[in-house]
Amino acid sequence: MKKINKKSLNGFINYGIVIAAFAVIQVLLGMGRLSNSLQSLLVPACCYIVMAVSLNLTVGILGELSLGHAGFMSLGAFSGITVSILLQNALPMASARLAVSMAVGAVAGALGGAIVGVPVLRLQGDYLAIVTLAFGQIIKNIIMVLYVGVDETGFHIAASSERFNLGSDGVAIIKGPMGAVGVTKLASFTAGFVLIMITLLVVQNLVNSRSGRAIMALRDNRIAAESVGINVTKYKLMAFVTSAALAGAAGALWGLNYSSTVASKFDFNTSILVLVFVVLGGLGSIRGSIIAAALLYVLPEMLRGLGLDDFRMLIYAIVLILVMLATNNDQLKALVGRVIPKRKKVAANG
Amino acid sequence: MSFLNNVITGVSLGSIYAIIALGYTMVYGIAKMLNFAHGDIIMVGAYMCFFAMGSFSLPPAAGVLLAVVVCTVLGIVIERLAYKPLRSAPSLAVLITAIGVSYLLQNSAQLLWGADTKTFRPLVEGSLVLVPDQLSISYVAVLSIACCVVVMIALTLFTGQTKMGKAMRACSEDKAAAQLMGIDVNATISMTFAIGSALAAVAGVLMCSAYPVLSPTTGSMPGIRAFTAAVFGGIGSVPGALLGGILLGVIETFAKAYISTALSDAVVFAVLIIVLLVKPAGLMGKYVPEKV
Amino acid sequence: MAEKKQFQKGKMVPVPSVSIIPERDLDKTPILECSHLGIDFGGLTAVNEFNITVGRTEIAGLIGPNGAGKTTVFNLLTKVYQPTRGTILLDGLDTHGKTPSQINRMGIARTFQNIRLFNNLTVEDNVKIGLHNQEKYSMLSGVLRLPKYWRQEKAAHERALELLSIFDMQDMAGYQAGSLPYGAQRRLEIVRALATNPSLLLLDEPAAGMNPSETAELMENIVKIRDTFQIAIMLIEHDMSLVMGICEGICVLNFGQIIAKGTAEEIQSNPTVIEAYLGKQQ
Repeated sequence: MKKINKKSLNGFINYGIVIAAFAVIQVLLGMGRLSNSLQSLLVPACCYIVMAVSLNLTVGILGELSLGHAGFMSLGAFSGITVSILLQNALPMASARLAVSMAVGAVAGALGGAIVGVPVLRLQGDYLAIVTLAFGQIIKNIIMVLYVGVDETGFHIAASSERFNLGSDGVAIIKGPMGAVGVTKLASFTAGFVLIMITLLVVQNLVNSRSGRAIMALRDNRIAAESVGINVTKYKLMAFVTSAALAGAAGALWGLNYSSTVASKFDFNTSILVLVFVVLGGLGSIRGSIIAAALLYVLPEMLRGLGLDDFRMLIYAIVLILVMLATNNDQLKALVGRVIPKRKKVAANG
Repeated sequence: MSFLNNVITGVSLGSIYAIIALGYTMVYGIAKMLNFAHGDIIMVGAYMCFFAMGSFSLPPAAGVLLAVVVCTVLGIVIERLAYKPLRSAPSLAVLITAIGVSYLLQNSAQLLWGADTKTFRPLVEGSLVLVPDQLSISYVAVLSIACCVVVMIALTLFTGQTKMGKAMRACSEDKAAAQLMGIDVNATISMTFAIGSALAAVAGVLMCSAYPVLSPTTGSMPGIRAFTAAVFGGIGSVPGALLGGILLGVIETFAKAYISTALSDAVVFAVLIIVLLVKPAGLMGKYVPEKV
Repeated sequence: MAEKKQFQKGKMVPVPSVSIIPERDLDKTPILECSHLGIDFGGLTAVNEFNITVGRTEIAGLIGPNGAGKTTVFNLLTKVYQPTRGTILLDGLDTHGKTPSQINRMGIARTFQNIRLFNNLTVEDNVKIGLHNQEKYSMLSGVLRLPKYWRQEKAAHERALELLSIFDMQDMAGYQAGSLPYGAQRRLEIVRALATNPSLLLLDEPAAGMNPSETAELMENIVKIRDTFQIAIMLIEHDMSLVMGICEGICVLNFGQIIAKGTAEEIQSNPTVIEAYLGKQQ
């Protein structure tokens, strides 16, 4: 029989790791020890950590495969950018504008999550995965033809450049395939840190509450969960929408970290990248997601400087395959186990 | 007349999707895995044919043959090295491995053959004029449709009549039981990958003949679309893949012609979502509820 | 006795017209009333004309050869399948169109023939999931850890241990449910079902895979559960010592039809039942 240790302690360790990492990086920044290229990775790394932890809620905790997580990020990014530009005069304080934009991004993500979730969560397994993939593509496609702007007469939104009649003094916020341009960069590493802490608070506390138990019950055995009175749709949707909302907030932070953002950034490949973080970090393991996202985002970027640029993605692919083989093949696992004695871990349910 | 032209374009594009979707469906049926690297096999096939016809000036038939042989071998090797060790692993681990293989193929292609776009010389050129100046069918379209029909008939006969085909169907129902009946499951799965990859090679050559651009990422989007087609028709079902492929091709062409080129993807995927909501296992798939 | 004789004489065995509800429950409304219940699976009639009444504190047995449709009856009662025909009244309320989770909230809890635990979670969490609908705090209170959360979580923890103590399992609370030995998994399933505060508990082969001494202990525990919780229990079981030992009313199913209803004595001497189990005497 296997004993499972208390989860609340695990949660505090995760907060501790994030706070410690933040403190160390702040000190390094203060001493000027971080190169510019590394500094530029800080905010995106925070976004990816939030993406990975939130996707883990869907894939690891709820047990449903989602291949369109970047779609929610996209919704958050473009709604966040739009709001930040609209509020430019009304709310001059940058940090407040950033917070409002991220909140709006979260709401946009949640709405997207609900729209795709309500009809779609009736599907199971691979079919759900395909629909999330399709939904991600649809969001990307629609934003790529969308024109949004603001002028004296008010807010303008159009589906093509011909119909986009913005006044001469107007500001175009989203310009179809060119995406959002001329964005004031509001994002900061501190904001990223706060978002990670909020994400951890939401996900960890949710998991250790009655709602979280209901979600995990659905993952482990849907029929048994129904038999003890758990409303399947409600709790699937709760996990899915929460996950999408966090992705939306991460998207807003991402969008406000660059002067321009295109919709094709948030495509299938980005969804897959985040999924890789989640799987390599360990399904259901929040700490695994944090560490995998941070390392796997920063390391390949650092390889850029080493003259290995051509081989970077090739190495990544080979490492990915080898890691999957080593962690999932029984013979290889036994081999690895003989070399490195490993603690027993609770098997996550695929 | 433009309507008829669109139908022809749609059906020929759909035929190519159907051939790719067949590979997806067969592999899914037997190995229960989403082989995301399938799209990149298409790309390898197209490159093989491109070099055979371009650099070595071989005739088109030899180019196609080379593509088929290389892709078949590639399919078997990938299955043996990357997927076979994961036969009992969770499906997500296999999915991520397939994505890894997809990256590997794309990036190897980029290193070997460069990231630049190459212009593919079609297998056959010209077109068959039905109504002068109004209605014509390109020979590539004729070839695609013909290939699709031949492949369909051959596969139906193969899975229905031959010993290997029956073994395949047995394995897709229950691998353990098939093994107890003396079927070599590993050989059967290899065979499935071999057939799927050979089909991908054919589809790759046809695809690049119809839309003559070739780059290391050529395969990924048609791969995803064909995969959608397979789900559309009911993944695991051979006639479903044909139906799904043709429908997808027609919908895509019509969306481009009558709605908007930029939104054609959104339309295709929206139709997919609607179909799945009405028929949760696709048009021709069987929905099997969990036994309590 | 007259009725029993009639069974032995006649070829067709009618369903006894007298109720098998134990005397102590007779003056109360029955907890479960099924009438003309039936389901077809694409032309095949799996269960037909299933009529049964279960008293408020009755222990009822559902027996029959393999494939008779016993588990299907449980699936109909819990709405895993929607019945093709007939009505199910639970405590006088029609359950038509309800989902399995609504049925549980109305008062039916069940265990499964092939154990269905939440294998990756702890024993305690499995029971707490059973307590799900008795805890009332919202998602927000959970995420923000409001006082309501702490109060109710503490109560749930205590209640879970209390329920586990029925089977003396409180020491296993921290273990992973999937790693428990088989017998303990079966018992945990019963505890989880009890946690939902049911008025009718359905047990699908609770003694499967148990040795005689474990079965004897289980029999005691089932009676104890009925007495403590004052609920009705309906069970499917192949172990005749268990069924005949504790069931007050027994219903025999064959080919989806009820072929006999009555007390243990009546069933044991019923020729149709004997025929269904052993075949026709030459």
